[in-house]
Amino acid sequence: MPTRIDYDSKIPNNVGLADDRRLQRALEGWQPKFLGWWGEMGPALENHGVYLRTAVSVGRDGWAHFGHVNVPDYRWGVFLAEPTPDRRIAFGEHKGQPVWQQVPGEYRADLQRLIVVQGDTEPASVEQQRLLGLSAPSLYDLRNLFQVNVEEGRHLWAMVYLLHAYFGREGREEAEALLYRNSGSPDSPRILGAFNEETADWLAFYMFTYFTDRDGKYQLGSLKESAFDPLSRTCSFMLKEEAHHMMVGTTGVDRVVTRSAQLIREHDTLEIAACGGIPLDIIQKYINFHYTVSLDLFGSETSTNAANYYTAGLKGRWQEERRKDDHKLTDDSAFLDKPDSEGSWSQEEVPALLALNLDLRDEYISDCETGLKRWNRILEDHGIDFRLALPHPGFNRNVGLAAGHHITPDGTIVDEPTWEAGRHHWLPTPEDLAFVRSLMRPVYERGKIAHWVAPPVNGINGKPFEYEYVRLV
Amino acid sequence: MVVSFDRSPDAYRHWKLRTDGPVAWLEMDVDEQGGLVPGYELKLNSYDLGVDIELNDALQRLRFEHPEVRSVVVTSAKEKVFCAGANIRMLAASPHQWKVNFCKFTNETRNSMEDSSEHSGMTFIAAVNGSCAGGGYELALACDRILLIDDNSSAVALPEVPLLGVLPGTGGLTRVTDKRRVRKDLADLFATRSDGIRGKTAVDWRLVDEVVPRRDFRTVVEQRALEAAGRSPRPADVRGIELTPLEREVTEDGIAYRHVRAAYDRSLGLVNITVRAPGEDAPADAAALHAQGADGWLLALTRELDDLILRLRTNETELGTWVLRTEGDPELVLAHERAVRTAAADGDWLAGEITHYYKRTLKRLDVTSRSLIALIEPGSCFAGLLLELALACDLQYMLDGPPIEDPDSALRAQLTLSEANFGTFPMGNGLSRLQSRFYREDDHVDWLRRDAGQPLSAAQARELGLVTDAPDDIDWEDEIRIVLEARAALSPDALTGMEANHRFVGPETIETKIFGRLTAWQNWIFIRPNASGPEGALRRYGTGQKAVYDRKRV
Repeated sequence: MPTRIDYDSKIPNNVGLADDRRLQRALEGWQPKFLGWWGEMGPALENHGVYLRTAVSVGRDGWAHFGHVNVPDYRWGVFLAEPTPDRRIAFGEHKGQPVWQQVPGEYRADLQRLIVVQGDTEPASVEQQRLLGLSAPSLYDLRNLFQVNVEEGRHLWAMVYLLHAYFGREGREEAEALLYRNSGSPDSPRILGAFNEETADWLAFYMFTYFTDRDGKYQLGSLKESAFDPLSRTCSFMLKEEAHHMMVGTTGVDRVVTRSAQLIREHDTLEIAACGGIPLDIIQKYINFHYTVSLDLFGSETSTNAANYYTAGLKGRWQEERRKDDHKLTDDSAFLDKPDSEGSWSQEEVPALLALNLDLRDEYISDCETGLKRWNRILEDHGIDFRLALPHPGFNRNVGLAAGHHITPDGTIVDEPTWEAGRHHWLPTPEDLAFVRSLMRPVYERGKIAHWVAPPVNGINGKPFEYEYVRLV
Repeated sequence: MVVSFDRSPDAYRHWKLRTDGPVAWLEMDVDEQGGLVPGYELKLNSYDLGVDIELNDALQRLRFEHPEVRSVVVTSAKEKVFCAGANIRMLAASPHQWKVNFCKFTNETRNSMEDSSEHSGMTFIAAVNGSCAGGGYELALACDRILLIDDNSSAVALPEVPLLGVLPGTGGLTRVTDKRRVRKDLADLFATRSDGIRGKTAVDWRLVDEVVPRRDFRTVVEQRALEAAGRSPRPADVRGIELTPLEREVTEDGIAYRHVRAAYDRSLGLVNITVRAPGEDAPADAAALHAQGADGWLLALTRELDDLILRLRTNETELGTWVLRTEGDPELVLAHERAVRTAAADGDWLAGEITHYYKRTLKRLDVTSRSLIALIEPGSCFAGLLLELALACDLQYMLDGPPIEDPDSALRAQLTLSEANFGTFPMGNGLSRLQSRFYREDDHVDWLRRDAGQPLSAAQARELGLVTDAPDDIDWEDEIRIVLEARAALSPDALTGMEANHRFVGPETIETKIFGRLTAWQNWIFIRPNASGPEGALRRYGTGQKAVYDRKRV
């Protein structure tokens, strides 16, 4: 008799793994490959344990457990939010019907694609951030990096769970393919462009967790509305963890801005590069870059795919159920701004169903604004007049209506030479990147922090900043 | 209305079947008031589905009940009219799917006449004793010889294009050129004049084989029939078997026969069809096969399957997916198959007829506008001739594991090839289903032939390309559910067209051209306003008003 594997203790879950032959069989094949991928593509820094949060249940209180974990032994679990009794489909042509506990054959291909695309982003960021641990500004930051990485890993597990549990052999093959595509790989890149960009420094990491992970939040939020209940419940729970990633991004940029503001005050100049700070204009260029590549993730402003997904009930709008309309949108319209070759903007009315990507993107943009307000308040509090801003959504775009046009951060449509001449004012130059990288010296001493960033206001789980968040080799 | 295909010669309303030694007389005498559906009169020996169901019944009985018949005279019992073809008012009033299904059945019936000529030593002689137009001439075209009465008025004609704005869709266009080898320009002239062609010209153009003076007509027809009978290879001194009435139980939820049952799943729009293996040993020899008659497993099964296909096609148009299963002992299937094959090889006429009937029934499946999906599960018997059912399907799924309801069972699904899979039951394209599946991969077919007789596991079957997929017992239910649900969500029209394209690879034959090219054009023309719009030719025919055409060529 082969030894029975104790699935529940190895893989924390609330999906009945111990009694699910299909899932066990699938995970038995996949888990070793995942660990292999983690070893090869996961964080490069050796350690004796990181103070991590591990999801262990989905209850209102105590869903997570904190403690030092040797990362390869991290217990990646499979959790779905508690089911909502008698949940009904909130939108589309099936509105009002009970949600689906199985994949309807009609939508198998579309649902599988949505899950694969979402799943593909999760391990991608781990790969993008692989080397960051070598230059962490503090043990606290290092710990956050690990936390974000293991949770992205868990989000991968969550998507893999759906593929394994509901999509049969094809699902198993897709789950494996998620490990074989790699960020930036020339032969087999990640599906979405932003996830093939290198996260080369910690300012980029903060920006990524603020802007790009926030796209993830909105994608998850719209999938949470799905009529396919297991997907909805999976995404609900992932959003809980995603909030931590946002926090890392928001407070990370806070701390950089704070430190830069302090140095500006201290030296009474905006030119703080020489004294080891990151000048505000470079921060602005980072915002411009990360914000715009993240906008690309929302896809084209008008999309028949998004419309079909909505009508079918596969993917809703942000906060679908709080919206006051018919949730079918067959008679509604939306307006979108179009650049034309004459160099001006015009408005076009389109069916609302076709403009759902734009709808989600607008929600995202207004959420992004809150960060800008925060950071500008820091500048204001330090008596600095400089203000950070989000560029126009048409700036630096490779996807959608603005792609192929040359649009400045203030939304002016210009010709290519003019735009190229302004590029170094708007986007990080190789010199800017080299400069920021030059600041990235690791600080692994407890209670110490790099010169270019301020310490956090609070530690993790009530622990002080000085806490030994990571036990290094 | 539920259409039944049960008929009996003593209760025919439209035909008279008489045998006189080796010659059978099949006389069309359509009862004007005998339409299957109210709303039209079957004037001038015009026909509807009901008339053709009787013709099909008569042809079947000739093959099984009258093996002594060697030639068949197809003629009319009415004065001056042979047959005016399909009833136009019926066509004009019918919904599209009814027209299409009607045409398919009439095509199959005419194909079966040619099958009798080719394989049963029966010569069909069309004794065209009066006007013969449209479907009437197409009926004559399905015969081996056409004798036209020379009364200076009777003509053969295909007036569909000029009068009705549709095609002679029951093989007419195809057989004129491909069977009778009428030159294409002459065929064009013929098919565009409403009055047709008579006399010597009809012979010169090869539209008929001879014209016979009115007073000699009967004599010459008899003489030609006897001459043909004399050339027939059919054995003498044989006795037929009776095609006894089929037993079936029809309910809201399905149809159950002895060896076949169909259970409807209306929510998924599908029918679960299960074919059962024989329950008893195979007949020891030809004599035993004859003694069993219509009760013999293969003949009974074939009749049931044939009846089921026809009923489902006609009566259950919204059940768009047919899921085929088998159950029972594959060894018994193969034993019965061997018994029939051995007897047929020894020249036994009944064994031959059973084989050809099963072949025709498989062909019906091939041209059925439903998604066909075979599920090969433990306890099934997809062996030899029953494996053809799976091969006729669009998709084949085989369970690689124990039965779902009994995970501890050692029973596994298997399928077995036999000699019968290598040419005994050719499709309309002239190829076996394996040759069609592995088109121009003769090496692979040869390789498979070496495996004949060996039960193949799911893994082997998948490896050999005999099944689409072989999910294990963990995946099975979900995979199959998704396949069936996904199928049900697709456009029925697109599926019909796609399946018909995929099923018939390779060479064209008269049959594939009729069911493909001719039928596809006809069905397109049927739904065009030029035919079926309020001002279209089909709808305006007989109103005295002229059709108004949209002149744009498409």
